[in-house]
Amino acid sequence: MEKLTTVEGVAVPILRINIDTDQITPGKELVRMRTEGAAASLFAYWRYIGDREPNPEFILNREPWNKAQILLADRNFGCGSSRESAPQALRAWGFRAVIAPSFGGIFYNNCFRNGLLPIEMPIEDIRSIAMQMEAAQGNAKVIVDLSNQTVTAPDGTRKSFKAPGVLREMLLLGADEIDVTLRRAAETDAFRSRDRIKRPWAYRAA
Amino acid sequence: MAKPQTFFEKMWNDHVIADLGDGASLLQIDRLFLHDLSGSAAIARLEESGRPINSRDQVFGVVDHLISSRPGRGPDDTASRGGVELIQSMRQLSHKYGITFFDSTDARQGIVHVVSPELGIALPGTTLVCGDSHTCTVGGVGALAWGIGSTECEHVLATQTLAQVRPKTMRINFEGEVGPGVYPKDLILYLIGEIGANGGIGYAAEFAGSAIRKMSVEGRMTICNMAIEFQAKYGFVPADDVTFDYIKGRDFAPKGHAWDEAVAYWRSLATDEHAVFDQEVTIDCARIQPQVTWGTSPQQVAGIGDRVPDPADMSDPGVRTLLERAIEYIQLRPGTPLDGVKIDAAYIGSCTNARISDLRDAAAVLKGRKVAPGVRAICVPGSSTVKRAAEAEGLDRTFRDAGFEWHESGCAMCASQGGDYFANLRVISTTNRNFEGRQGPQTRTHLASPVTVAASAIAGRIADARTVIA
Ligand code: SF4
Repeated sequence: MEKLTTVEGVAVPILRINIDTDQITPGKELVRMRTEGAAASLFAYWRYIGDREPNPEFILNREPWNKAQILLADRNFGCGSSRESAPQALRAWGFRAVIAPSFGGIFYNNCFRNGLLPIEMPIEDIRSIAMQMEAAQGNAKVIVDLSNQTVTAPDGTRKSFKAPGVLREMLLLGADEIDVTLRRAAETDAFRSRDRIKRPWAYRAA
Repeated sequence: MAKPQTFFEKMWNDHVIADLGDGASLLQIDRLFLHDLSGSAAIARLEESGRPINSRDQVFGVVDHLISSRPGRGPDDTASRGGVELIQSMRQLSHKYGITFFDSTDARQGIVHVVSPELGIALPGTTLVCGDSHTCTVGGVGALAWGIGSTECEHVLATQTLAQVRPKTMRINFEGEVGPGVYPKDLILYLIGEIGANGGIGYAAEFAGSAIRKMSVEGRMTICNMAIEFQAKYGFVPADDVTFDYIKGRDFAPKGHAWDEAVAYWRSLATDEHAVFDQEVTIDCARIQPQVTWGTSPQQVAGIGDRVPDPADMSDPGVRTLLERAIEYIQLRPGTPLDGVKIDAAYIGSCTNARISDLRDAAAVLKGRKVAPGVRAICVPGSSTVKRAAEAEGLDRTFRDAGFEWHESGCAMCASQGGDYFANLRVISTTNRNFEGRQGPQTRTHLASPVTVAASAIAGRIADARTVIA
């Protein structure tokens, strides 16, 4: 995992409910982004007019929002397809954290594995940060602190959040998850020798 | 006496290798299924790391997402830019590492979630993961199955395990008589309309009740397929005799003594009487009419006799904006009756509704009828096995005579993997997602059952199958 401890930067509000992974990286982009890089595919349907003409209306095409490292979103962010291109594109663009009231479960897991921190917070708190950012026309900072699990709004208000212990530690250390699991080989082997007796058919496809 | 447990609790506990604290566990993974869109990347990354595949016998692969469904397609035929390379590397890496692989030319090829239960790879009492969110489909055979990302796929390849945070449990009871013209798809769409597209966030969903008990395994898979559409990552129906009849004799299912042993174990997994769920929902099936979505989320659904709602009636500003956007995208005015909306295309396909029973149901409506002029109608069987079975029964003739195109099996037109067949069109579709752009740029998708899709194709507008066939 790519290491993450604190993030301090512009937080950009895209406060829509149910932003699914097809919006974050449309199906049509999945193969294309292998050659053009993941960042080019982010929000492709919203970001471009016609073939790759930037849409000036879209917030990420405007200064200083285009430098944002934190995304503010509404309920059920990242629902839909399991495509890991979604967190990859967000990360490639420069995001390090997404704050939303709730996340699609697969997306939530995928975020950690791509150096992107998903943070669950009540929508009122998110709206308050969004309003402060808008009032400052994007010229303000939000601080995310993973060690202490806090988010500090531009006005200094600090709120706590909770990230699952294992994932949090791996992100803080930038640990390789496979290495961590492989260190449990003894436990895994012990489990399997018991389990093979109980469920032999589960191991060898007939 | 031991504390009564739910199916999920038993499954989870039986797969825990290690407790990782904070509700997370390292779980044994019984089956990993890879597909052409993300599979080769996972293998290639493992290869780069220099690590071997941990349990090759428990890994499977198929070509489904990128391959064109065009009749007479070649082995690498794809409308997706760069797709050829992905299909070829999936093939090459599967051979190199000795993974059981169903190539585009293999008689058993098809959409991964149709193929895995059809071949007995997804079994009751197994954990099965795949880099696709609709992996929950095969919860319909009593597996604990869920979608994962490609980094998690690599983790499974390397360790045949996965670290997961334990979800809460939810039981959805479908009780009562299901009316004529109402199918499993209508039940699940209705449920999502009731509890919302994020109603299952953080939950594992067990489907139960008299309607589920009476339902075929194929119908149960349609229901479980859409668990992820209300954000339950896991959806399942614990195995019963209906399941065992379905599984028995399939290629990869246990045989002989192993079968008997397995069935005894599978029976023991059923949810105990008095087991407690974190949440229970009960749906009265008698109230459900055929369902059609009118918006851009499966939650934006209504009965065929209903109308497009008015965003002005919504009090939550977030929800109001959502509705306004949905209505603008779908190009329908508030108050429009769903029955009668003109369509440009009809699609029968996908892991939701393209199994043999779905094709039979649709064909029964199409028999002796014609698709309305100007409507492009396409049927893509869920697997090559389903396609052959349908042809053996003569269903392909019924589809073709009615004016449907009869395609090879795959995903392509469900998730807009190139080709853009449905760009700018209004499509009534048996798929599971009506998201903006899901089936192509500006494609307006209306989700419905195969029977509703068939009836609508004939009428040239969204139609109530109960009146078309009456
Ligand atoms: S048929 Fe559609 S929903 Fe199902 S796996 Fe393929 S692309 Fe995904």
